[in-house]
Amino acid sequence: MTDEPTPSRRAFLAGTAAAGAGLVASAAAAQTADPLITEVQPWASAFGDPVDAAPYGMPISFESHVVRRNVEWLTESPVSSINFTPIHALEGTITPQGCAFERHHSGAIELSKTDYRLMINGLVDKPLVFTFEDLLRFPRHITTAFCECAANGGMEWGGAQLEGCQFTQGMIHNMEYTGVMLRDLLAEAGVQTAGKWVYVEGADASSNGRSIPLEKALDDVMVAFFANGEALRKEHGYPVRLVVPGWEGNMWVKWVRRIGVYDQAVESREETSKYTDMMPDGRARKWTWVMDAKSVITSPSPQAPIRHGAGPLVVTGLAWSGNGRITRVDVSTDGGATWTPARISGEARSKALTRFHYDMTWDGSEMFILSRAMDETGYVQPTKQALRDIRGLNNVYHNNSIQTWWVRADGEVENVEIA
Amino acid sequence: LAAAAPLGLGRPALPDEIDAWDVAVLPDGTGLPEGSGDVETGDQVFYDNCASCHGDFAEGLDSWPVLAGGTGTLTDPRPVKTIGSYWPHLSTVFDYVHRSMPFGGAQTLTADDTYAITAFLLYSNGIVEDDFVLTHENFTEITMPNADGFYPDDRAATEYPAFSAEPCMENCRSAAPEVTKRAVDINVTPEDPDGKPAGTLPVIIAQ
Repeated sequence: MTDEPTPSRRAFLAGTAAAGAGLVASAAAAQTADPLITEVQPWASAFGDPVDAAPYGMPISFESHVVRRNVEWLTESPVSSINFTPIHALEGTITPQGCAFERHHSGAIELSKTDYRLMINGLVDKPLVFTFEDLLRFPRHITTAFCECAANGGMEWGGAQLEGCQFTQGMIHNMEYTGVMLRDLLAEAGVQTAGKWVYVEGADASSNGRSIPLEKALDDVMVAFFANGEALRKEHGYPVRLVVPGWEGNMWVKWVRRIGVYDQAVESREETSKYTDMMPDGRARKWTWVMDAKSVITSPSPQAPIRHGAGPLVVTGLAWSGNGRITRVDVSTDGGATWTPARISGEARSKALTRFHYDMTWDGSEMFILSRAMDETGYVQPTKQALRDIRGLNNVYHNNSIQTWWVRADGEVENVEIA
Repeated sequence: LAAAAPLGLGRPALPDEIDAWDVAVLPDGTGLPEGSGDVETGDQVFYDNCASCHGDFAEGLDSWPVLAGGTGTLTDPRPVKTIGSYWPHLSTVFDYVHRSMPFGGAQTLTADDTYAITAFLLYSNGIVEDDFVLTHENFTEITMPNADGFYPDDRAATEYPAFSAEPCMENCRSAAPEVTKRAVDINVTPEDPDGKPAGTLPVIIAQ
C-alpha cells in the first residue's frame, strides 16, 4: 500500500486548488467528480491486515508527527533531561502513554516486578518491606490527574522562545491511574505522632527524593501501578510510581522504592538547589508544590496552522488547575480586549486536564488568540506580565501565564508576546 | 480520611536493609554516618571522580553544573546558583553526592570519600580553610552562606487574592496589541525538513 497519489487523484487535487482560490473552502463546488469516490479504491476491494499482524499496535504511519520530541540544547545530558508531549495534535484529555512526556535525572531504568521492593521506615511502629505482589493485595482506587513538570513553560519566562505548544506547554500528561492509597500503606506500618513528613525516593541513581507533608500523604497521594488501563510504561516509573494530584511533576517519584517518615523535611537536592523559585530580592520560594490554574490553545498553534481558509474554525485547548476543578475558560481573538467563554467539553475533573472548545468564524484576518482559565477557588489565570511584576524573570518554575498566538492572514501561527 | 485497618501485608524491614537504603541526611545532621575527610583528600578524590565534568576547582566544564562561585549574583540578570551562592544546607551536599554522584557511577563513594569531597567543596566555595577536616561531629557547625535565602510558598498571600478578581470581559485593552517578542526571531526550535516547527501537522488537502 502506497501513500503516493494516483495520477487521477493528482489531477483532482490540482483542480480543487484552482477552483478553491479566493473562496471559502466549504462553499466551493466540485468541478469534476472525485475519483476517490467514483473509482473503486484498493481498500474497498482487497484485504487489510489480519488480526494477528499487530499483537500490540502502534499508531498508523500517517500520524508519525504525533510523537515526543526533545530540544537538545535545554540540558547538558539526555539522561537528565526532558521531552515534550505532542499536545498540539491530541484531543480530549487522556494522554496516550506512548507519547506522554518523560523527565528523568539518570535515565529511564528497567525494574522488573520480581526485583521490585518498597520499604517504609523511619518514625513508624513497624518498618516494612513490600513486594509487588503484596501491593496488589491492597484495596485499589482510581484517579485521573495531570502530571505537569514544574519547569513547563520555564524557557518562556524571559520572552517568546520556542515555536509550538508541544515545546512551550508540553511537559504534561494526563492519565487514569489505578493503585493503592499511600495512607493505606502507611497505616500498615503505623505512623508515629512525631512523624510530620514523608520522604519518597526512587530506585534510580538520581533517587529524586522529595519531602511531602504528612497531611498531603494521607489525603490523595496514590502509589500507582496502572495508567490508562495498563501497567506504567518503563519511562513513567514501571512498576510503581507516586501520583500526587495537583502538585509539581517532580514529586511524582517514579520507580518508588522507599517512603521514610521523619519529623522534618529532608530538604533534599530536588527541593533546595532545584524546584525552588528565585524572587526579585534574591531570596527564593521553597515548597511551591501546587501547580496553579493554566490553559493553552492547542489548535490553532504554531504546529497547527490554519490551512483551510476563512470560515468555520475550531479553537481547541486544554485547561487545568492543581487547586481543583476548572470552572470556565475564556477565549480572546483580539489580544485580550474582548473575551468570550468557551465550552467545556466532557468533564472538568479536579486536578485533571480539561478540554475546551470555541467555535468561531474566521474572516481571514490576523488574530491574537488567548485562553484564560478559571478554577473553583475563583483564581483567574494571570498574564505573564502580572506574574513577572511579582516574581521577576528568574523564577525558572511555575509559569502558568496566558499564552498568545499570533494567527497571520496566511494561517501560519506564531508564539509571541504582546504589549 | 481515615486509614483502613492494617491488613497484615508486608514483612518487617531488617536493620541492614534500612541502613542500605535509608542514607538520607537531614539539615540537623540526622542520618550522618560516622566518618571524616579533609580538604586535601577531597581534592584528590574530586580530581579522580568529579573533575572531568565539574572542573578541577568545581567551577564546571563546558555546560556541566558549576559547584562553586556565584556569590552575590542572586539578584543579577543571570544568577549563578551554586552550592556556595545558593544551597541552604550542607546536609544536602553530603546526601546528594553520596547517593547520586558521580553521574553514571552513583553510590560508589564511601562515607569518608563523601566527607572529604564535601570538605573540598566547602573550600572551593571559600567557606573553610585548606586544612579543614569535616567529620560527623562538626558537620552541623557549618552554616551555608545562603541558609536564610528561602521561605515557604507564599502564593496564597501574595498572588491568589490578586488573581481572584472577576476578570474583564470587554474593552479590556486601551490600545491595539503590539508584538514585543517573537519566537521566530530566536529560531531555536527543532525543525521539520521544510523548516516548520518539528511535528507540524501534515497537509491534508493541498491548497
